[in-house]
Parts: sequence; structure tokens; C-alpha cells
Amino acid sequence: MDLFDLSIKDARFGLQTKEFSAEELVFACLARIKKLDTTLHAFLTVSADALKQAQNADAIIGRGETKPLLGIPVALKDLFSTENLRTTAGSKIIDDYIPPYDATVVKKLKEAGAIIIGKTNEDAWGHGSSGENSDYEPTRNPYDISRVPGGSSSGSAAAVAAGECLAATGTDTGSSVRLPAAFCNLVGIKPTYGRVSRSGIIAMASSFDTIGHLTKTVYDNALLYEVTAGKDFLDGTTPEVPVAPYTKALGKSIKGLKLGLPKEYMSLKGMDSRVKKVTENVIATLVKLGAEIMEVSLPHTQYAMACYYILVPSEVSSNLARFDGIRYGHERSFFGSEAKRRIMLGTYALSAGYYDAYYLQAQKIRTLVKKDFEEAFKKVDAIVAPSSPTLPFKLGEKADDPLQMYLSDIFMCPVNIAGVPALNVPGGFIDNLPVGMQIIGPQFQEERLYQIAGAYEQNTEWSKVKPKI
Amino acid sequence: MADTKFSPQDVKKIARLAKIELNPQEEQKLASQLGDILRYVSELQRVNTKDVKPTSQVTGLENVFRDDEIDVSRMLSQDQALSNAPDSYNGFVKVPAILEE
Repeated sequence: MDLFDLSIKDARFGLQTKEFSAEELVFACLARIKKLDTTLHAFLTVSADALKQAQNADAIIGRGETKPLLGIPVALKDLFSTENLRTTAGSKIIDDYIPPYDATVVKKLKEAGAIIIGKTNEDAWGHGSSGENSDYEPTRNPYDISRVPGGSSSGSAAAVAAGECLAATGTDTGSSVRLPAAFCNLVGIKPTYGRVSRSGIIAMASSFDTIGHLTKTVYDNALLYEVTAGKDFLDGTTPEVPVAPYTKALGKSIKGLKLGLPKEYMSLKGMDSRVKKVTENVIATLVKLGAEIMEVSLPHTQYAMACYYILVPSEVSSNLARFDGIRYGHERSFFGSEAKRRIMLGTYALSAGYYDAYYLQAQKIRTLVKKDFEEAFKKVDAIVAPSSPTLPFKLGEKADDPLQMYLSDIFMCPVNIAGVPALNVPGGFIDNLPVGMQIIGPQFQEERLYQIAGAYEQNTEWSKVKPKI
Repeated sequence: MADTKFSPQDVKKIARLAKIELNPQEEQKLASQLGDILRYVSELQRVNTKDVKPTSQVTGLENVFRDDEIDVSRMLSQDQALSNAPDSYNGFVKVPAILEE
């Protein structure tokens, strides 16, 4: 097997048993980037010192020390401030910005021994569901390069799926880890809001942003989560909740667990009937493993998108006000059209005379959406739902209709509104295109998500289906 | 009830508030796109939210404070803080004049 096709678990074993070195592993990924990235456009910056980082890792391994991610090449979405490494947010405004510090999560990954191999492409500022809103060349889906990889963590998904790195970080404000994970056959976590520090990560919507990551397997995902999760002094929205041993949740039986299927999602007009069929197959496997399935209702689902598209642009308009070309970056005319659109929407919704009708009303709807999930979790242990109503679409298919693009998040953004965690797992293929399933749980119950995902993964082989690239 | 029809004039007003410069084509396009989006989100008005408290954040945390102390290990040096400024002078960020003589 090629080194770049290994899971983190297997790569760690290979490094510890001296089957290969970190330098060889990183070299394999760098070679992969060289071969594929002029087609995929997953990376915006490749670390010039990646091999040097790997040599340092080999020295530490040589001394007999171990760390959770020692020698493992990880890519970072370009919203993550990385000291002395260009960080662009996928935008032209800060195309030459070199952060003077590391985001907390970046620090944690480095302390865990990870090799930072580069910064990945994305919809600029996180604004998008396909990767097409990057101010640079849009990323392609390794499973079909005429199609989108999903967004906004588009580069991160393509990079992991294509073997350009063994894991990549992302952010999920409305879908942006789970959708690219679904479109690229990966495991993607959207944490409970506040579980992972946002400090040093360029803000999109501060009451929605969560800091997640994409991997090939459930174990890999849980391993990274043990590193990134935790209260941070620098982020006042991280509660004092102990970090669970997420990797230990795998292998536990799901017999007797109650899983809910939201009736409002399954009856959505515009859901591809083949996606519905894959969902039914996933449910059948979970039932075979001993889980109980029942219907639940999330009655305010129909208002979730509208709620999201008032609250998020409002917070965006505030967070992007700092880009004034004075302390960093170019002036505001460098914003792309989607950024301008969201800033304008948000400015309007927050302006005098309109605040009550839009922003305040949306905050009240937020309470109702959050309550929907709380009520559902009184009946079930977790909710299962498709991640996307459609298959990965072609580049350009939705680009001209912003509203159409927004609706691709319809199964996703209610989760961000409520602040609960969700995990995307590969659920199958249609016409060689990946279909992903979401497992959604109560706040801070990610162990349960990894338990269910682990059981499902053990009984399926989707992660072995590599893109033919 | 908020008006959901947008003229390029309305767009100009918002652009001034948002400090975004737009050309006439952008104003036209945005007027139509913003109109569409706002018409869609206006259906929220139909929901009865009497007695519903607004949610501004989902953690339930309140009053997260720290001591007013300087932690040197977390400080950026002046050079670091200025390292990305397009224009600086004597340790200050330089900005266009806002006051006339």
C-alpha cells in the first residue's frame, strides 16, 4: 500500500515499528501534492519546511518518545492562523498575510507532533458550500474532477481524499466540514459549539463557528478530537467540560440505542430518491447491529435556513469590519461577490428600523430550533439523517443562483443553529459518487457519535473505495 | 412589515454603512439578489414568537472573566503587531488623514 493511503492509526504503527520514517511518509504526501494539485487545487500554500519538520519527528521517534500525532502530515484550512505561514482565508484581501502567532488548535496539533504540511483552499471566509467561492481557483472533487468537493472546507476534503495528507482541519458554521466530508467519502466532525477553541481562527459567525477536522476513518477522527478538544483560556465560549477519551468509544456495541429519523428531512421535495435509498440502507445496517429506529419531528426545520441566513450574515458583517486595509491586508474593494453579498445582507438586517423584524425574530426562531433538538433527544439517543439532499454537483451548476446554493445546507444548518455536535460518515456510493450520513447528538455527547459511527464503519467498507485519480 | 423590494438606491445606502464600494452593475445585481434573499427570509415573520426568548449563544455561559493582569508570554511585540501593516511609521500604524487642516 502507498504510504499516503494509510490511515493515521496504521501510519503511527508503521512509524513506531520503524517500517518507514516520517520523512518517507511526508515525502510521499508531498509527491502526491506535486502530482495532483495542479488538477485538484486543494492547497494554497505548501509548507517549505515540511521535510525538516519530518526529520525532527524522526529524531524524537529515534529517542523512543511518542506523541499522539508524531510524524503525521496534517493540512490546515486557510482560516487557521499559522505562525510565519501565509494565511489567506481563501481571499484576495489577505493574500499576503503572515500571522505572527498560531491559533490554539494549531499549537495543540504541533504539540501533539503533527507535521503541518500546508494550508488548504476554501470558499473565501467560509462563505460557501462548494469551494466555488474561493478567490483562487476552485478545488475539484477527487472522485470526479468535474464536480465540487463541497465547501467551505473544500481543499481540506480533497487533500485527504486524494492522499495529499492524512488529515485536515476545517470549520463548520453551517455545513462546512460535514458537506465536503460527505462529498469526498470522509469522516468529518462538527463539534458541539464551544468544545474546540476558536482562538486564532479567522471568524465567520462567532456564535455558530465550530472547529472540526476530516479524516479517512472514524478512529483517526476521534484521535484528532482528543488533541483539539478542550477549554481554552483564550476563548471565553469554551465551557469547563472534560475531554472524553473519544477513541475508546469505538468498538462498543450499539445494541439498544435509540436512533431518530427526522420526518421533515425524509419528506423533503428535491431530495434525490437515490440518496433516500442509501439512507434506508444505512438505517438497515444500524438496525442489524441492534439499534432501534424511530421517527422524530423537528417541526421548525422549514424556518432554519431563513433563520441562518439572517443571523450568520449579520455576524459576518461585524466580523469582516476589521478588514480595512490598515493593520493588515488590502482595502475592501478586494472582497469577492459572495462576501459583499453577505456583508450587505447583515448590515441591512442589523440596521435601525429592521433589527426587530429580522435579527431579533431570527434569534427567537433560533430558540425554537434548539428546542426541537432538545425535545427529540428526550426520545432518542442520536439522530441519523442524510448529509446532503443531492449528490456532489457539477462545478457551475449552482454558482449563478445564491439561494439555490444556500439550500444545499438544508440538512446541516439546523445543527449549527442548535449548537449540537454531528459527525458525517461515508454511507455508500451512487454512480461512483460518495453519499454521506450525519449522526447528530446532544451537546457534548460526541462519544456516542463515535460509538455509532465506529460500529457502522466496522460493518461496511466505504473508506476503502479510493478515488481513481 | 419590512420592505423586501430593493432599489439600487437602497443598495447604495447599505453599501455606505458597510463601507463597501460598488459599481453600478454590482448595485443592480445586488438589488435583485438581496431582494430575492430577503423575500425568502421574510417568511420568519409568520412564526408566532410571542413569549419566546431570543438565543444569542448556545453555551449558556455568562460573565466569563479573567484577572486584569498582563501575561507577557501572550503578548505580541510591536514588530510582530506591525509586521503586516501596509504602512507604518515609528512604531505606529499609519492611516490616511481623517481631519482636515
